[in-house]
Formats: sequence, structure tokens, C-alpha cells
Amino acid sequence: MINKEFFFKGFKSILAPDSPAIALGCCFIAIGALLKNLGFNIQESIFSTMLTYALPGSLVMAESLLVGASLLNIFLAVWFVNARLYPMTVSLFPLMMHKSQPKWKYYFSCHFIAVSAWLIMKSNYKNIEKKHRIDFWIGIGSATWTTAVIGTFIGFYASDYLDKNIMIGLAILNPIYFLCMMVGAMKTIQIGASVILGLLLGPIFYFLSPEWSILLGGLVGGTIAYFIGELNVN
Amino acid sequence: MSINVVLAILVTSLATFSSRFLGAVSSEGIKETSKLFRWFNCLAYSTLAALIARTIIFPVGVLSDASYLSRAIVVLFCLFIFFISKRNFVYPTVISAIIMALLSEYL
Repeated sequence: MINKEFFFKGFKSILAPDSPAIALGCCFIAIGALLKNLGFNIQESIFSTMLTYALPGSLVMAESLLVGASLLNIFLAVWFVNARLYPMTVSLFPLMMHKSQPKWKYYFSCHFIAVSAWLIMKSNYKNIEKKHRIDFWIGIGSATWTTAVIGTFIGFYASDYLDKNIMIGLAILNPIYFLCMMVGAMKTIQIGASVILGLLLGPIFYFLSPEWSILLGGLVGGTIAYFIGELNVN
Repeated sequence: MSINVVLAILVTSLATFSSRFLGAVSSEGIKETSKLFRWFNCLAYSTLAALIARTIIFPVGVLSDASYLSRAIVVLFCLFIFFISKRNFVYPTVISAIIMALLSEYL
């Protein structure tokens, strides 16, 4: 089963001074308020955060519902926005794979893949023995997931007291936090080039295809950055 | 709960979980020292950067009501704070919300 020591070590990591808990919580407060304004009840709002647990996907679903999109359209729109989770998972899970751990832990805990938890794990995994990294990861994921659910709950009930300017202020928190974390992670040529090219190519590809812009920006930018890094090493 | 909303949530979660689950399954055959892993690492960072840029420049939701100028001011000022505070993540994050709320009120 799950090793409690490492689970709680991971869970407590969101209490660190530079943890994304505040930014994450504030963004889900904005989501909770948005869902209430769209006509969701509290059960639906919480259910949405628990099952989806991905900010851009929730936003896309909310906007799609607003314009009366079909279920197939919602599926495709969300899949496009959240397809980034695939490379995020593949770039994290091999660091946690250990033959002594059961597979169900990996299949269950992949639900916790999100930018905040991913960045915490990426900056902490070297301090944890490989065998216990999956338990540590489940702890981080449980903590960020709980923060998101609590944020949605608060946002739903606080929505009557949040004016538009406060909502805009809350909405910018997460991108700014992630931008700072990405800039802070630029410690190698490969990662630095990946971040810079992604920041440039994402908006450029938006003019060609809004739906594909994130995937194309990531694929082209990441591939160029990979070859830049490999050439530099050679 | 209305059936349409519940179905929309289920479809959304299915679309989201499929990427995560496929990633977990694919990871089984990839070594952390391999070139494939390094490539995926680059893809992940680049895709996240593309997402952040898109969220700020072409936002959906309430952020789209803020002007380009106010978003640009907040991003540049927060990066400035990030570097002068010796790469502290909390100061620029908290300051961003305050400045953004003030700018959207007065700009």
C-alpha cells in the first residue's frame, strides 16, 4: 500500500514558502465563482473540479456549455487543450517507476498530473529515493487536488462578494506563478530553449489554428530545443 | 444536477484523463536516461510555456476583459520583481493579482 511517511512528506510540500498552493487555490476560487455564474450548483462545481482537475479544460467546458456546444465538440475542445498532459506525464512518470511498486499506483495517480503538482515534483524528486517517489507524488497530488476542491467551494459561495476586477486579479495569479516557475527552471540550454520557444511559438501558431496552437507550439518548440541541447552536448 | 451538465463534466474528465492515462502507460517502456525521455521533457516544458503565453495573450474567461496593455504591464513588472527578489515565486504572484485588479479598475 501507500507508504505513509512519504505520502505525508509529499502532502506537506505544498506548505513550503514557495509552494503554488496560494496561486492554485485562488485560481480555483475564480473557477468556482465562474461555474456558479454559469448556473452550476455546488455539487456540479465540486464534481467538475474533482473529476477534471485541470484549469484550462474546466474553462473550455464552461465556455462550450455557454454557447450550447455538443458533447463531441466539448470532448474535442477539452482534449486539444489538455493534450499537454501526455508529454507532462511521460516526462515525469519514468522518474518514479520502480519494479517493487504496483502498477495501480501509477494508473491511479496519473489523475494528479497538473502544472502545479508537476512542477513541485520536478524540483523535489532528486531528494527522494526512487522506490518511494510514487508515494511522495501521491501525497503532492492529493494536496494540490484538495486545494483545488476547497478553492472551488470557496469561490462558489464567495462569488456574490467578488466583483469583476477581483476576479480578473485572481485569474492572472496562476499564469504569473507558472511563468515565474518556468523561468526559474531554465537551468540548462535544453530547458531554457524549450521555455523560450514555447512562449514565442504558442501565440504565433494561434494565428494559424487556435485549437492546435498549444500542441504545435510545444511540439515544434520542444523538438528544436531538444536538438539544440543535443548538439550542444556533442 | 441537470443531465446535460453532468454529461459535459463526464466528457470533460474523460478527455482529460485519457491524456494522463496514455502518458502513464507509455512511461513504462521509457528509461529516464534515454533520448526519448529528454525529448518528452523538452516537449512538456515547451507545451507548458505555449499554454502560459496563450493564457496571457489570448485568454478565455474573465481575463479576456482586461486590456492587452494592463496584462503586458503586469507580466513585465512581475518578472522584474521575480528577478530583484532573488527568484522568489510568492512576491510576484501576490503582487500580480493586486496590480491586475487595480489596473482593470483604473486603466
